[in-house]
Amino acid sequence: MIKVKVLGGGCTNCKVTYKLIEDVAHEKGTEVELVKVEDIQEIMAYDVMSTPGVVIDETVVHRGGVPSRKQIEEWLTTN
Amino acid sequence: MLNKYPWSLYLLFLIVWVVLYSNLVAFADFIVSLLPVEPESHLGEALAFFIYDAPKVLLLLSAVVFVMGIINTWFTPERTRALLAGRTLGLANILAASLGVVTPFCSCSAVPLFIGFVQAGVPLGVTFSFLIAAPMVNEIALTLLFGLFGWKIALLYLGLCLMVSIFGGLVLGRLKLEKYLEPWVQEIPTKRLSFESEKSSLSQRLEAGSLAVKDVVGKVWVYIVLGIGVGAIIHGYVPENFMASFMGKDAWWSVPFAVIIGIPMYSSAAGIIPVVQALLAKGAALGTALAFMMSVVALSLPEMIILRKVLTVRLISIFISIVATGILLVGLVFNLVL
Repeated sequence: MIKVKVLGGGCTNCKVTYKLIEDVAHEKGTEVELVKVEDIQEIMAYDVMSTPGVVIDETVVHRGGVPSRKQIEEWLTTN
Repeated sequence: MLNKYPWSLYLLFLIVWVVLYSNLVAFADFIVSLLPVEPESHLGEALAFFIYDAPKVLLLLSAVVFVMGIINTWFTPERTRALLAGRTLGLANILAASLGVVTPFCSCSAVPLFIGFVQAGVPLGVTFSFLIAAPMVNEIALTLLFGLFGWKIALLYLGLCLMVSIFGGLVLGRLKLEKYLEPWVQEIPTKRLSFESEKSSLSQRLEAGSLAVKDVVGKVWVYIVLGIGVGAIIHGYVPENFMASFMGKDAWWSVPFAVIIGIPMYSSAAGIIPVVQALLAKGAALGTALAFMMSVVALSLPEMIILRKVLTVRLISIFISIVATGILLVGLVFNLVL
């Protein structure tokens, strides 16, 4: 089970990112625990200054902008 | 897949771009001649304006966004913060305003960015210089100004925006407003943050540029086309010098009026500039038009609502007043000098 967090206070790009990760995980049949983090203090705990940020198993892998499908596929395959 | 886009593809795009751009006038004339309208009529003038300007601006925008997308890969918010941390008011404001131009910024990230700066010990006044410059000066605004008015006005706008950002930040910094931050923000401990720059290869940077074009141009082209459309209608139908009476040079009160209307309005530079161009063509004064545009782009209700999470109402009011005063002075001086 891969733990994925999408950091961002409800902006459009954050929603798009969340949906995209959901889709890719579904397609690949990867089991993920997907969480939306909207609380600013929690977001800052990861030191992410440009949203959306993506955290995989407590490591920040992405900051700012919607990640590409290819990137998401890579995150969901490692481990 | 290391090389997603091969070099030949970039070259091909470049050639197509140059060919298109250098044949725009011929293209527009050709299209207009095909249309069943009198070229001298209102409709003819509006159409000619639209058919020439819309493709020109979109082509310019694609090129500039591509280059900025590449430049942005060197200036992540993290690097910008590292450059600004621990500095004092003064030169750091100039640096912050300039970095505001080249660092990718979206107002939806204003809060995390603000906290990130505070956390790293960037002085409040310096943070404000960055926050004023970032939305106001961006590649879309500069490209449109360049495309529709020429490089002199684009440079002038850049210079004036930097001045407002630098002095606005300096004044805000001098006022010692830390006590008007939301209490939880004041309690954030300053910490030393390590900064590792991520090395990107040239092809990654080029890819970032291509993605930026797809993303930005894909999003704003509708607004640009709409904006130029409105501009075209004004161009063709509104009588010459119609604006001169109430947005002209002699009407000094029009500058504060333009700034005040502009504050709550929200439009990206993309939508507003073509309209401003049409206003100018009909006799509005340049200082008034630029002040209106700066006010619309720099101060907006949605961004203030976002910033309310970290700033008290009092601090937001001071922020708006100082930036608005700066813009007002710029507009007045402009009308006076030109």
